[in-house]
Amino acid sequence: MIGITSYGAYIPWHRIDRQLFAKAWGGFAIPGERAIASYDEDSVTMAVESAIDCLSDIDTATVDGLLFATTTSPYKEKLCSATMALALHLRRDIQTGDITGSLRSGTTALAFACDAIKAGRTNSMLVTASDTRMAPPSGITEQSLGDSAVALLLGKKNVIAEIIDSYSISDELAATWRSETDTFIRSWEDRMVMDESYSKVMPEVLSGVMNKCGLSPKDFDKVVFDPPGDIRRHGRVAAELGFDPAQLLDPSGIFMNLGLLGSAMSLMMLVSALEQAEPGQKILFAGYGNGADAFVLQVTNAIKKLGGRRGFTKHLESKHMMTNYNDYLRWREIVPLDQARRPDRGHISVAANWRQRKDLLGLWGIKCRRCKTPQYDNGGITTTPIRVCAVCGAVDDFDDYDFSRKKATVFSYTQDQLAPAPDPPSSVVLIDFEDGGRMLFDLTDRNPDEVNVGMKVEMTFRKVFVDRGINNYYWKARPIRC
Amino acid sequence: MSGSIKDRVAIVGMGCTRFGELWNKGPSDLIVDAVTEAVADAGIEVKDIEAAWAGSIFSGHGGRSVSEPLRLKYIPITHVVNACASGHDAVRNASYAVAAGIYDIVLAVGFEKIKDEGMSGLPGMDNATHTHAVATMPGMFAMMATKYFHRYGLSPQEGKTMLAKISVKSHYNGSLNPKAHLRNVLTVERVLNAPIIAWPLGLFDCCGVSDGGAAAIITRADLAKKFRKDPVYIKALQICASPTSGRITTDYDLTHVEEGYRAGVAAYAEAGIKDPRKEISMAEVHDCFSITEAVTMEDLQFSPRGKVKEDIDAGTFELAGALPVQPDGGLKCFGHPIGASGIRMLYELYLQLQGRAGKRQIKNPKLGLAHNMGHEPLAPTVSVCIVGL
Repeated sequence: MIGITSYGAYIPWHRIDRQLFAKAWGGFAIPGERAIASYDEDSVTMAVESAIDCLSDIDTATVDGLLFATTTSPYKEKLCSATMALALHLRRDIQTGDITGSLRSGTTALAFACDAIKAGRTNSMLVTASDTRMAPPSGITEQSLGDSAVALLLGKKNVIAEIIDSYSISDELAATWRSETDTFIRSWEDRMVMDESYSKVMPEVLSGVMNKCGLSPKDFDKVVFDPPGDIRRHGRVAAELGFDPAQLLDPSGIFMNLGLLGSAMSLMMLVSALEQAEPGQKILFAGYGNGADAFVLQVTNAIKKLGGRRGFTKHLESKHMMTNYNDYLRWREIVPLDQARRPDRGHISVAANWRQRKDLLGLWGIKCRRCKTPQYDNGGITTTPIRVCAVCGAVDDFDDYDFSRKKATVFSYTQDQLAPAPDPPSSVVLIDFEDGGRMLFDLTDRNPDEVNVGMKVEMTFRKVFVDRGINNYYWKARPIRC
Repeated sequence: MSGSIKDRVAIVGMGCTRFGELWNKGPSDLIVDAVTEAVADAGIEVKDIEAAWAGSIFSGHGGRSVSEPLRLKYIPITHVVNACASGHDAVRNASYAVAAGIYDIVLAVGFEKIKDEGMSGLPGMDNATHTHAVATMPGMFAMMATKYFHRYGLSPQEGKTMLAKISVKSHYNGSLNPKAHLRNVLTVERVLNAPIIAWPLGLFDCCGVSDGGAAAIITRADLAKKFRKDPVYIKALQICASPTSGRITTDYDLTHVEEGYRAGVAAYAEAGIKDPRKEISMAEVHDCFSITEAVTMEDLQFSPRGKVKEDIDAGTFELAGALPVQPDGGLKCFGHPIGASGIRMLYELYLQLQGRAGKRQIKNPKLGLAHNMGHEPLAPTVSVCIVGL
């Protein structure tokens, strides 16, 4: 049996009421709110967060591959999944791949992962889909998009939803696109896209996979598939195929609360369906974008044994409403801004980052074999990585120690108004980890007024600095999210 | 450690520029101005200098930074880079060379040109991997204030008022000093109402940002009286560099500076001081931020742990108090041109000991202590120098 063995999701803490877009630009506001990746998040960091959620109770050494699906890769050239693999503590002898440029990249990755396992190439594959798409400011698309990430682990053991079969359609149309130099989405008239692409491709792919499996609409407990840009057309396609509205996973909940999530949209809907699924249920699932990929899934008894995850539901509820649209413009670097009168930051050294890749991306510290003290030094002049124990002086007599999944308590903090910060003040915390070790970190996704000595925090993977196109990924502390 | 510097060398000449935003002066001006005054004060000529030690961290590079502006002819010059203790460390190395009998007349000069940066604060000091938390120096020291308030149960208002009194005291002293950068008199209310820089520290909890230079001519103790009748003798020179475990292990309390305490203990032992609070006549300490001065009073054993507030409230450290601190106005009013600060502190102690401090003159001082704290509270390098008649 091959199928989904675990799921996870990530939704940014920050949401914005769509009224704020209309307030800034005039015109019409779509009802509801959308998810906004913070200034220190991108599709890579969100994918890592969703994968951490997915792997929360799973031994990372059992994962044989990682696929990163996105239309918003921070790099045109450089593998993001290689960065993510270090953050997720995956092995080195695994298949990593980025599947980019398509809104359907999430389901494409799912199909490839499934095939790799079926072919015996791997035993398990982690599929992540994450997007932070941008539309030109002031348009309606800016309001309708949302930022989020999803992770699915595929494998043969402890399958919670078997993938019975799949079917794909390829379809050529420039419905939405970004060229090599475009920052913002361009699109063709949505009425034509609807008539000639979505309303033909989606029925075709759903019917195709049902025919392949000898199933009909009544055989499914849940039908989960990508909505088009105008989500009202989603239900029409389902009705025309003969599905009852009760079978349908309505995308309007995600749309109204988060927005259209790009490559993560269909997979987020699937996670939402799996969170409520019962053993034995059949799910018809499809992702759309220049064609479509459809899957038939069957939920197993193992779904009842899967441990708790933040997933879709808990992340959805944990949120912070942004108070203005300007912060969105600042965080996405859409408008040039006055720079703080602070020193220019020096260049990133690729060599130094490479040398410390395990410590920096994986937040691996050490535990002294002699005095048993967990340690990590992220602020020293010449002390990273630790070669000499700060307590007993032992040299290189250490075991690896994972700080990334440890919780910690704020020992002291400041709210720095002088430090340059896209979300001032710069909240900095000195934290004591639950089983030992102290570190200084930026605190993100926080309300400055709620930061206190004794506050509980957890670690989150973030983008801390960009230099010459190199994204410096590292860890920050955040108040325990949910 | 078997040796001691006590009474083996003396300072016979000192110079110090006015500190401030010296737009019209470059690093070479600061060096020439400070050294010219020091040489004249010692009654020597520049050509009499046999060796020199220069302290700076941003300005200058190597010994040539000093030989070039002064046109020092073919003598050995060492550039000392040791964070905020650079000035004191230049004096320390110069003193050791004299005490070793290698040279008779040497120069220690500290200088820093900060205000060519086009911004407030110090130039950047990122690590290669850019993983430092984004905190400024005010932010790093603010965490100490947060913890001090928390540990000793001070409300933000109580804690900030305690710190405000430190700044008010220093500004009063600075107002009497023509070489100080900031010479305005403050009130506690004004300090408390100032904008926050890094919570809980406000604008007036932070020292100024200034350019400046200071210099000392050092000779053997047995030669000192040939230069002047009132040489000032070195009693102790100690530096304590942090192993930086305060940021790594959970046992450091962040309400004291272990390196400051240990540098003080070592200096008192070297100078033969048993009761610092009684024996030290005055102190110039590293008040980069008000909280630093507060904690330093406890580290140097002037006040019991957690009790500095009582001494601040009692006026102990005011100019007319039992143990005047920052008689010249401190970093608070002079700003902190890094390499210059340690020698600027010694300049004030030197003037006070010689009875030349004008309106700031402390009655009959015998021993003065200068203290610098480099880097930040979690990983400092602290110097303590004691000088006396």
